[in-house]
Amino acid sequence: MIAMTTTWPDLIVFIAAAAMAVIGALGIITYRNPVHSALSLILTLLGVAIAFLEQEAHFLAAVQVIVYCGAIVVLFLFVIMFLGVDNQEDVTIEPLVAQRPMAYASVVVTMVGILAMLSRGGWSTGAQVATGASPSGAENVQAVGSAVFTTYLFAFEATAALLIIAVVGAVLLARRDRTGESISEGADA
Amino acid sequence: MSNLILAAGDPLYVFGVNLAVFIIAALKVLVAFGALMGCVTLMIWFERKVISDMQSRIGPNRWGPFGLLQTLADGIKLFFKEDLIPAQADRFTFKLAPYLALIPALITFSIVPVGGTVTVAHHTFLLQVADPPIGILLLLAMSGLSVYGVILAGWSSGSKYPLISSVRASAQMISYEAALGMTVVTVVLATGSLSTHDIVTSQAHGVWHWNLIRLGIVPFVLFLISITAELNRPPFDVVEAESELVGGFHTEYSSIRFALFFLAEFMNTITMSAVMVTLFFGGPAGYVPNIPHIQWVFPILWFLGKTTLFCFAYVWFRAALPRFRYDQLMDLGWKRLIPLSLAWMLLVAGFIISPAWGFALAALSLVASTFLTRAFDIGLNREAGPDSVLPTVGERPLPPYILRKLTDGDDQ
Repeated sequence: MIAMTTTWPDLIVFIAAAAMAVIGALGIITYRNPVHSALSLILTLLGVAIAFLEQEAHFLAAVQVIVYCGAIVVLFLFVIMFLGVDNQEDVTIEPLVAQRPMAYASVVVTMVGILAMLSRGGWSTGAQVATGASPSGAENVQAVGSAVFTTYLFAFEATAALLIIAVVGAVLLARRDRTGESISEGADA
Repeated sequence: MSNLILAAGDPLYVFGVNLAVFIIAALKVLVAFGALMGCVTLMIWFERKVISDMQSRIGPNRWGPFGLLQTLADGIKLFFKEDLIPAQADRFTFKLAPYLALIPALITFSIVPVGGTVTVAHHTFLLQVADPPIGILLLLAMSGLSVYGVILAGWSSGSKYPLISSVRASAQMISYEAALGMTVVTVVLATGSLSTHDIVTSQAHGVWHWNLIRLGIVPFVLFLISITAELNRPPFDVVEAESELVGGFHTEYSSIRFALFFLAEFMNTITMSAVMVTLFFGGPAGYVPNIPHIQWVFPILWFLGKTTLFCFAYVWFRAALPRFRYDQLMDLGWKRLIPLSLAWMLLVAGFIISPAWGFALAALSLVASTFLTRAFDIGLNREAGPDSVLPTVGERPLPPYILRKLTDGDDQ
């Protein structure tokens, strides 16, 4: 399958990108230090970005780097540093009781799903098929834009609404836990 | 021919590369790298000299004419200084961080069009290292990555002040990236293309076509402010605030690693000046006199002149403006720049479709900004107590008179 649709530079780039993604993924779960895990996550995200580039999805690759590497992992690092959890965490205590069995179960479900889809064929990696032949970046952007704002408009708006709700909810929860009483107490002291 | 230009401008995506194209691409990389390094040396000298002029000092004047070789001497000195790694440091990350700061600075420059097209031995190529399809998005991607140098340097030093600097850097980065992105979108909307080459050629027909004027002055001002914040240059240098954090993220660095951070900072300053010229000032556009054979030189001169102007502006900012306080920085980013850049983007998009849409969106923006102002007003004057406008959610910072009572109370 792969040999039919790719040239050897494609194959080399694919192997490099896949190796980056897999090594990074292994790093995320094996490093004890959360900052090192976050760094591995960057490696994985860059690997995926290269895979996007290789399939001529230039815009997706750029967005991947801007949003995920440039903002989300920075946010992770911000939280890790702000809370000072950069030491090794004690993982023997379970904050959520059933999370380990559920994690194993979801891994099995995901793997079975992916393998089932792969076995039915029609998927090829490393070839320039995922986004169709799109010679320039501008058309790439236009294709993504028209898909998002016409075909998938409902899903797009729903995602946007979900994000706003999440932000408002987070603000509300973060500000609820303390009351204004302590100021007047401070004034009396 | 157009294929050839594409191939020469874009070494990343070429199939069927021939040797000449490869040599041109390699030469462009080498020349750009050398020129950038030379410019950084000059920029450091320029900054020190201009700052000292503005402060009525003499500045470096011993090495070479006008002290031009001072930077070289400093570089040699930094090379031979002892390289220290703190005992508490995370060694791998500590060593990695300076390179993470430097490499994005180098890569960003590759999309800047330095001049027009040049034909050498029947090969016509663009005077820019690469013209990738994602174009200006590379700037956003690289400015997103460049913050890791600061964050990881501060964290890996294993020391308190650098860690505070890291936290500040990550917060500042996220706050200003949104406004930056929105402003770039405004430029891209007007151009209809992401490619920096197209952005420059669309502004080539005179001053009135420059994005500075075509988009109104506002996007340029927004871009200037947010890119200065991304650069961590004064007045947005809370990250390396000497008076509060010693030196911020690079406190524990010495020798060549320290030098690499400064190389990255000055390189970023030059690159962002060049990007600003590209986006808003027509890049290499300008008057070209009709002199045969050397016509290709004039766009480069225009480009260099405009870029130097912005480099000077950055030095000027540093000499003239006091540093923002951290909360002022956040206020400016979230409450002013992001809403304004969003509104202006809608405005430009509306006027591109039709004047009716433009005015409709302008009215909408006005209404929205009224609501926003009202919301800021309520938030600012919110009192925590039973008589407040809103029901109490959270704790305000203590008012000064109570703080004074609390801190001075023990004496009495």
